[in-house]
Amino acid sequence: MKRILAAVTMLLWTQAASAEEMRMAVTTSFDNSGLADVLLPAIKTDLDLDLRLLVVGTGQALRLGEAGDVDAVLVHSKAAEEKFVAEGHGTHRREIMYNDFVFVGPNADPAVIADATSAADAVQRIEAAKAPFVSRGDDSGTHKAEKKIWASAGLDSAAFGDWYRPVGAGMGAALNTAAGMNAYIVADRASWLNFGNKGDLGLLYSGDPALFNQYALLPVNPDKNANIRNDLAMKLEAWLTSPRAAELINGYKINGEALFVFNATP
Amino acid sequence: MVDIWEGLSAAFWLIVHFDAELWEISLRSLRVTLTALVIASAIAIPLGTYLAVQRFRYRRFTISMINALMGLPPVVVGLVVYILLSRSGPFGVLNLLFTPTAMIIAQVIIITPVIASIAHQSMRELWAEYHDLLISLNTSKWQRILTLVRDGRRNLLTAALAGFGRAIGEVGAIMIVGGNIDHVTRVLTTAIALETGKGDFALALGLGFVLIGLAIVVNLAIHTLSRTEREGQW
Repeated sequence: MKRILAAVTMLLWTQAASAEEMRMAVTTSFDNSGLADVLLPAIKTDLDLDLRLLVVGTGQALRLGEAGDVDAVLVHSKAAEEKFVAEGHGTHRREIMYNDFVFVGPNADPAVIADATSAADAVQRIEAAKAPFVSRGDDSGTHKAEKKIWASAGLDSAAFGDWYRPVGAGMGAALNTAAGMNAYIVADRASWLNFGNKGDLGLLYSGDPALFNQYALLPVNPDKNANIRNDLAMKLEAWLTSPRAAELINGYKINGEALFVFNATP
Repeated sequence: MVDIWEGLSAAFWLIVHFDAELWEISLRSLRVTLTALVIASAIAIPLGTYLAVQRFRYRRFTISMINALMGLPPVVVGLVVYILLSRSGPFGVLNLLFTPTAMIIAQVIIITPVIASIAHQSMRELWAEYHDLLISLNTSKWQRILTLVRDGRRNLLTAALAGFGRAIGEVGAIMIVGGNIDHVTRVLTTAIALETGKGDFALALGLGFVLIGLAIVVNLAIHTLSRTEREGQW
């Protein structure tokens, strides 16, 4: 018994010392894009700041900000963000960059959305064909954007039949589900390009300005509790809106394709 | 099927290349789970034995409760621990959320009932055997518990290993309270969930095989160190 205890204690408790540390809640689509792997090391070198990312849906990210458990939030759902700031949970909202949402579906394209003229037209075609469609269904930024597209086409996603499948999961999990069922899905371009299990799915429609996907940084209100590092959040904001960040964000490519467009105003 | 072979080869290369990140998350998995196991065992083994030896008014109720808690849904445990440790919650001042300590707390809550339940079951059988002897020797309650724990150590090891098994493969609770932060709270199970989300099934499976291997190594190590299954020992 003593031997076991000795072996166990040897393995435990080796804590590494570190630089200044802040926590930011980000959306799964941002993390799945792989951009974080480029930005985090640069932030570490430039600011000597260990940025800890909590990867959750937009809904949960804002909830973490509301509870004061993170120092900043980086999400993509304008209406929810403005509400967050209006309710005093965040100090302000700063736009950083955008990418776009794309329609992904089976290459056979039973609803012929490749010929669609707009995002609204694409969803109307899917609805008319009753083709299987996977929805995030998790109140995330992507889910909210998708619901907006259905609404813009005059359709109510709550009233759909069983061809409409809300999975209540992150972007990657939802893409896996769509690949398994050969269904249509709305995804952000970055997650789609980085996704490794494409199966028989392909990018079928993109380019409508309605599919524009703006990411914004929301520093959490430091009045919530004494542990919130608003100073670090401000440092991070200054960096994320700097030319250095612009270069890294615009220069991030997968298969030669740029994913994000930097659009922070100085 | 192809994916499984790719997973096996991914696991093989990760181990052969001594992948630094893999070592980091594997050691963190071990650290969190073994700490939780030591704490949970320290609570559950005396508790299980006490329940076998002592008669008291709500004993049956307590035992049923512990048995029922074996099925605690990890996600619910995670959510409750999150709410308690959140900076806006009662223990927010401790600033423990999204740290390995928070993960250990969640795992202790999940595995303590498992260990206590199995420990109680085996201690009860042993107690039936030792009852007359220990009573006739006029032993104190504390001596009885110690004797049972000592002579039942083989069964208690099984109870602890069952707890280890539940903790090392757990993902729901530690995802919520740990946050799966790279280099801080990312462990094998949360990394597997992350890679699955990215659609990288080969790497996810590879990590899964590493996890299974780790569980086997720990079990073998504990059996070897405690010299069970040897002649003249049990």
